[in-house]
Amino acid sequence: MTPEQISRRLQDRFADAVRAADASGLHPHAVVEPGRWVEVARFLRDDADLAMDFLRSISGVDYPEDGKLVSVYDLISTRHGHAFAIKVEAPRDNPHTPSVCDVWPAADWHEREAFDLLGIVYDGHPRLTRILLPDDWAGYPLRKDYEFPREYHGIPCSTETNQERPLH
Amino acid sequence: MLDRDESRTTASLIIPDPVDVDVTRDDAAGVDSDVMTEEMLVNMGPQHPSTHGVLRVVLRTDGEMVLEATPHVGYLHRCAEKIGENLQYFQFIPYTDRMDYLAGMNNNLAFALAVEKLAGLEVPERAQYIRVIFAEMNRIASHLVSMGTYGLDLGAFTPFLYAFRERELILDLFEAACGARLTYSYITVGGVTDDIPAGWLERCVEFLDYFEPKIKEYNDLLSYNHIFIKRTANVGVIPPDRAIAWGLSGPVLRGSGVAWDLRKATPDLVYGRMDFEVCTGKGRMGAVGDCWDRYFVRIEEMEQSVRIVRQCIDQIGGAAGGHKAKMPKILKPPAGETYYGIENPRGELGFLVISDGTAVPYRVKARGPSFCNLAILNEVATDCLLADVPAIVGSIDVVMGEVDR
Repeated sequence: MTPEQISRRLQDRFADAVRAADASGLHPHAVVEPGRWVEVARFLRDDADLAMDFLRSISGVDYPEDGKLVSVYDLISTRHGHAFAIKVEAPRDNPHTPSVCDVWPAADWHEREAFDLLGIVYDGHPRLTRILLPDDWAGYPLRKDYEFPREYHGIPCSTETNQERPLH
Repeated sequence: MLDRDESRTTASLIIPDPVDVDVTRDDAAGVDSDVMTEEMLVNMGPQHPSTHGVLRVVLRTDGEMVLEATPHVGYLHRCAEKIGENLQYFQFIPYTDRMDYLAGMNNNLAFALAVEKLAGLEVPERAQYIRVIFAEMNRIASHLVSMGTYGLDLGAFTPFLYAFRERELILDLFEAACGARLTYSYITVGGVTDDIPAGWLERCVEFLDYFEPKIKEYNDLLSYNHIFIKRTANVGVIPPDRAIAWGLSGPVLRGSGVAWDLRKATPDLVYGRMDFEVCTGKGRMGAVGDCWDRYFVRIEEMEQSVRIVRQCIDQIGGAAGGHKAKMPKILKPPAGETYYGIENPRGELGFLVISDGTAVPYRVKARGPSFCNLAILNEVATDCLLADVPAIVGSIDVVMGEVDR
């Protein structure tokens, strides 16, 4: 299926849950309502025409101007070869997104990573702990307003990154 | 490959016929039910010869049985994605080298392709051929390390030396083209940094002629080694449906019998013109998707990579254009985003790159194959024998630099 067809199919099936969709760009995707996300995910995986059985990646993206933390799910079907992405948005001040570990076990470490680096809380994840950073690390480095610590357990950290973007 | 082995007169002495190899093992479940001992936590790594870097696995054991294997990663974390948000596009290329440091060329390529798609850059045909040659040569080098160290994990020291002997020659070729032996930054946004030097293709053909017969040596030495088969056949079996559900990719996925290769599924560059096979595990020594299958997929892929490089060398003479596209001094892709995944030696390496129209990316996300493949470790290692854990970890073939990023 083409991205347009996938997008149409999702909107036909979940008219109230799938919002503004960009199906023609370089990164065809649809935006899904957090409350219905697990249901949509199951449909994406189980529907015979879609068969999105392979979760490639979950990327958290911070948009402070919009007050949003977005989880980007890149999916591909090993049966049909078509790819599509889903975005689920969470408010920045209370970032909760349902976990899709039950749908794609692959989401396990990806969600932990997005929690670790961006602080998105995936409700229903069996073991949502930091994965790359130490457990006692403060803050979420990939947020745009992250302030690099000056020291960690007595180890001095570089303050070079406290400069304002862009460095170049 | 087997057919050719059988044609050798001495083959029967060295290579056991698969049906002759008794791969039935002492039933692991029997060990469990015999004696229930006290549970013990065993810490494996981060400094451990069989973890290929700083991987730490905490094993909950009952005697010799593993009840739970919890990987702890992040020892090499340097938040490369944050670095990516602070550098211009082409400046991030050297950081990709340091993710999967055994496959620097492929990493450069994945990021370059993502940025080119975002910026709408057309890469000259000649550059595409050069890229494929280097990507496939790096795949051979990477699989050689994987094969050698896997033998090392299981107590076979010699194959490691053989593997590094050949890898050196590939690194010599890379050095001749770009000056570096490990972190190349050779493939860059828009093409490759320099054209290949005069006489390089001839040297490359020379290497391929030398290398191809060596694959059989590895089989004689390791693949069909009785002890090696005993340690890997029927161990750590990953069924195909679980492999897909866990998002495994590369030889780990294909070892489970799933013919999924992004070079075929979403052919980019000149892969569409290449004639090669997708190698999958066939359960020749045990169950489909065991450690031996995953290992052997890599051996077969080296042969396929040789085929691809030979075809590229044949065709590159007629390719149009130079080694690099015309590039603006400062690349500012239009605001937008894209995801691009390619087949790395270890699986799918993908980059999600978001541009806000400036010279610095808004977000760079790397989807590394080692990271995703390692996630299944607990499911595979549970209810295995303790001694099988190095065999399983080695067969997944992780590079920690890319797991931790």
